[in-house]
Amino acid sequence: MKFDTPATTNPIDRLKVVGKATDRIDGPLKTTGRAPYAYERHDVAPGAAYGYVLGSAIAKGRIIGMDLTAAKAAPGVLAIVTAENAGKLTKGNFNTANLLGGPEIEHYHQAVALVVAETFEQARAASSLIRIDYARTKGRFDLEAEMANAPLPPPGFGGPSESKVGNFAGAFAAAPVQLDARYTTPDHSHAMMEPHASTAKWEGDQLLLWTSNQMINWGKGDVARTLGLPKEKVRLMSPFVGGGFGGKLFVRADAILAALGAKAAGRPVKVALQRPLIANNTTHRPATIQRIRLGATRDGKITAIGHESWSGDLPGGGPETAVGQTRLLYAGENRLTAMRLAVLDLPEGNAMRAPGEAPGLMALEIAMDEMAEKLGMDPVEFRAINDTQVDPEAANRPFSQRQLIQCMRIGAEKFGWAKRAKAPGAIREGRWLIGMGMAAAFRNNLNGKSGARVRLDGKGVVTVETDMTDIGTGTYTIIAQTAAEMMGVPLETVVVRLGDSSFPASAGSGGQWGANSSTAGVYAACSMLRDKVTAALGFNSADVVFEDGHVRAGNRSVALAEAAKGGELVAEDFMDYGDLAKKYQQSTFGAHFVEVGVDAATAEVRVRRMLAVCAAGRILNPKSARSQVIGAMTMGVGSALMEELAVDKRFGYFVNHDLAGYEVPVHADIPHQEVIFLEETDPTTSPMKAKGVGELGLCGVGAAVANAIYNACGVRVRDYPVTLDKLLPGMPAFA
Amino acid sequence: MKAFEYTRASSPADAAALAAKTPGARFIAGGTNLLDLMKLEIETPTHLIDVNKLALDRIEETSDGGLRIGALVRNTDLAADKRVRRDYAVLTRAIVAGASGQLRNKATTAGNLLQRTRCPYFYDPNQPCNKRKPGSGCAAIGGFSRQLAVIGTSKACIATYPGDMAIAMRLLDATVETVKPDGSTRKIAIADFHRLPGDTPHLDNTLQTGELITAVTLPKPLGGKHFYHKVRDRASYAFALVSVAAVVQKDGTGRVAFGGMAHKPWRVEAAEAALPKGAAATAKIAFAGATPTHDNAFKLQLAERTLAAVLHEARG
Amino acid sequence: MDRPAGKGVSRRGVLVSGAACAAATAMPASASSKEPSAPMKTPPALPVQVKVNGKAAALTVDTRTTLLDALREHLHLTGTKKGCDHGQCGACTVIVNGRRINSCLSLAVMHDGDSVTTIEGLGTPEDLHPMQAAFVRHDGYQCGYCTPGQICSAVAVLDEIKAGIPSHVAADVAASPAFSEMEIRERMSGNICRCGAYSNIVEAIREAAGRRQA
Repeated sequence: MKFDTPATTNPIDRLKVVGKATDRIDGPLKTTGRAPYAYERHDVAPGAAYGYVLGSAIAKGRIIGMDLTAAKAAPGVLAIVTAENAGKLTKGNFNTANLLGGPEIEHYHQAVALVVAETFEQARAASSLIRIDYARTKGRFDLEAEMANAPLPPPGFGGPSESKVGNFAGAFAAAPVQLDARYTTPDHSHAMMEPHASTAKWEGDQLLLWTSNQMINWGKGDVARTLGLPKEKVRLMSPFVGGGFGGKLFVRADAILAALGAKAAGRPVKVALQRPLIANNTTHRPATIQRIRLGATRDGKITAIGHESWSGDLPGGGPETAVGQTRLLYAGENRLTAMRLAVLDLPEGNAMRAPGEAPGLMALEIAMDEMAEKLGMDPVEFRAINDTQVDPEAANRPFSQRQLIQCMRIGAEKFGWAKRAKAPGAIREGRWLIGMGMAAAFRNNLNGKSGARVRLDGKGVVTVETDMTDIGTGTYTIIAQTAAEMMGVPLETVVVRLGDSSFPASAGSGGQWGANSSTAGVYAACSMLRDKVTAALGFNSADVVFEDGHVRAGNRSVALAEAAKGGELVAEDFMDYGDLAKKYQQSTFGAHFVEVGVDAATAEVRVRRMLAVCAAGRILNPKSARSQVIGAMTMGVGSALMEELAVDKRFGYFVNHDLAGYEVPVHADIPHQEVIFLEETDPTTSPMKAKGVGELGLCGVGAAVANAIYNACGVRVRDYPVTLDKLLPGMPAFA
Repeated sequence: MKAFEYTRASSPADAAALAAKTPGARFIAGGTNLLDLMKLEIETPTHLIDVNKLALDRIEETSDGGLRIGALVRNTDLAADKRVRRDYAVLTRAIVAGASGQLRNKATTAGNLLQRTRCPYFYDPNQPCNKRKPGSGCAAIGGFSRQLAVIGTSKACIATYPGDMAIAMRLLDATVETVKPDGSTRKIAIADFHRLPGDTPHLDNTLQTGELITAVTLPKPLGGKHFYHKVRDRASYAFALVSVAAVVQKDGTGRVAFGGMAHKPWRVEAAEAALPKGAAATAKIAFAGATPTHDNAFKLQLAERTLAAVLHEARG
Repeated sequence: MDRPAGKGVSRRGVLVSGAACAAATAMPASASSKEPSAPMKTPPALPVQVKVNGKAAALTVDTRTTLLDALREHLHLTGTKKGCDHGQCGACTVIVNGRRINSCLSLAVMHDGDSVTTIEGLGTPEDLHPMQAAFVRHDGYQCGYCTPGQICSAVAVLDEIKAGIPSHVAADVAASPAFSEMEIRERMSGNICRCGAYSNIVEAIREAAGRRQA
């Protein structure tokens, strides 16, 4: 099915199942520990041996000698995989560095060996008996120092690296009110709770790989490419993924090494990356240095908006696209954005939840707060008068929906924004200085081709199969809701099977495209199944209704199951997209409101209240969508207050590479969170009229927290995370 | 983790004797720090002596009005003890400020005293660290040292003692009781228990080979108001940047000890005389001669302000 | 000491070339390479009897095997999760003799005679424990990986409050703690949820606590 004209009325609009707050259908499995994750497949890969990954001890250089003798002789060892004995490996299309290093070392903790043994304890112990001699070479580890060596990279996923409209320099120079400020965001780790993990089993020349991965079809391709196998010889299965946030978009060392280890050991092998390896072995959100220049008239109209960003990555990598939102979020006739990319020999930078917008808005939305203050305007009003309903770079291209002003106004009303003190440091409750901050939220909507297969059996059970993944996003449930709505059956009659590369390829989970894209694919398959049912039952009317487990037209009503009496009906289709996303700018919008307390003595920050108002198309399951947003808000608090991979610029690695050193929010950091979804349907995005929401919830949160801190204590910190050591020098004396 | 033999000890003296005659032996109780380090081969015992079944899990009143806390009393039980909550609230507050409920259920009184630094270079076997591997160098100096020590450091080591409970015990002038391999016992003032790194940072404390902690005693209660103010980046389940343990009397005199500042709980008795004059005066003496790094110089200001908050609360 | 031609420094370790190392003093002489030792003999193993979810289990385990790996790899009770294996996340939380612990930081051989309750012992998909049902109702999870640990912790936390165990957020540590959201947040802080379901988890626990009291 091709989606190339805006949707009209369709069966989803009945909203009998879709759009209802629904408990997750996978909830009973997850809450009882029965949902099997990739390392837990005793059922399908019994007797798997254990792999343990050894990471490089240096960031850049060469292995000049490797002695496996002692490790091979250690009890229980079945095989040791290294670059030397692994055979030819080709780097995956989605990888920047090789997943198995040696002799060249590209980054710290790059995998250099896998020890396979009968038990986990044996594999771990033997790994430390491998003796490696390294020759270290000079690396570049300091983004600040490399700013001067950071050219504009070729266009990539985030579009061109530079955009110019009008005369930015002239307009900025002429602006009566100017802001020119520098912001930094640090490297972030996804820190999902389930480590990257895989279980591999060979059946002849066929590889079965249970792996924790967001993008099955990409993964299948890259596993095949890396190992030099035909794609059809690789089957990936990922029915449950213990969090990804972008860190599991790509095949990682666990998958490749499990496959190689299983080959070498002649039996199934499972590998989970040890937690202390993950930060340096896998990908991370790259640090940015951002310069923002805003020029405005005295009444607050932006006349010049410039946003430049510097980030680094390994050779062949890409930039953190931190300026993307600035091309679309606010009006202004003269515009400039640029992304510059330095080569850094740190671990591979790549996508983490809301890549680009998350760090970009952390900077831009502080800048907007600062500019509002310069103008003496309320931050909501300043943003509102610079709203635009069209692409600021192309006036003939409207936003399909844009309710930013509504999000801000409703949020301000619900949050009690009017009580915010205009001057910082004005409100104190006991030891706490109290402040409020807000930020706009913005994230583009993306759609991807997505397929599904739908089966109807003689009992009326509808089974959906797609390689789509549920990484905590609630995909199982919204797909079931979609199929139930389309086929007119209760939710309980739908079975959803996900994350298997033998199922039709989906859009996968990433970039907040998963919900709308994957359900649209199910819509397409269900539409085809409806036609088959209609035909099987001998209906010829165009206005057949699927409802309450029956198919009805005029006076005739037949149980849906009847259609499959002569055998299962199967329909497979996909949704593909025309150019509506070019004609219309499809984006999601929101507003974040935060209240913090700053300890007047210690400058410790505690978030007291949070509200997000989101306009993101049709909300398919308000319960799980709300969870996506509160989860993103929580991650936003982390980015504002504590998350930072600390770079050792001498040795070239992230020092705090475990969950004690890399702090993410805990229960005590997070207050009760409120989310409001505005009524919205977007007929330009798909028949579902939905958009993504899981990343929108993160966009802007960090700045809202930082702005609240400023409002509370009067100290403006432009370098994330806003930790107390950065606040203390500016804090008033404690008394 | 290296392979090791495992033995359950039958008595404290037997445990100490076995430890002394078995090269590479270590005691294990809660295991929450030792096993963590063994997995990374930072600790590589070849023999673990499990002392969990020894009858060292009681809290008893001493003849001089204090408390004798068995070495195996779990953190949760020590914090929850009614006498501790009433008379040594600073100790309860310190314990519940540390780790998590799960860890406190396992961690023991003795083990907690022995927990090792959280310096990230100590924790990464690829990096030089004089504490982990004497003579290899200190990567923390000139590296990422935000969490590390600001006073009492040496050219060999700037690690911090990471615990909370011991800060309160130092404040309370606790005594560590031990049994030695020959069956004799000794008492070590807590002030003398933890060491400064000097040029032997691999030694955290003054225990001898095979020596087993059997109890920690507290002198009779001090009265006054008790505080344990722990400052950290996240609200819970994190090691202290700085912590302040204090007992303040009605007349403004009192005691103060600091966590997160040094290789040991940091208490300068001479500084306590300045408490009635305020935080600045006290901190000036307590941290005279501090040697912070660029990353952790803020701790000096933070410690003073945290103490100011404590004294403010004590007055209120 | 062998020296590879033209390179320099030591055969044993990291060869430093280039001037990148401001911290030359900190550069390891032989840090990256583990010293080989004599081949190990067969690792020691010991018998352990544990009661898991009410059922007796007799295992013989490597002394190095954690309670977590004994549950997951020997008993195939994979509901208890390995998130970090270092006591930093709480995903491995189980209840031993009535108390919640991190099963990753405890050796199986240390639990001879103990009674262990895992997530599988609390309820089944067909017959959920009230806490499990409350998590489903309040969407107190997303990816599900930290969830068994959260639920085991939550069940134990309610018992800890009832038993009067104080927490960091108590205004007066000598007083008996009462149920509050602050108490729950503090006591649950040893269970990290990166999906960020905290706000919902607290609501689930509040509901389950209400039910228990009723």
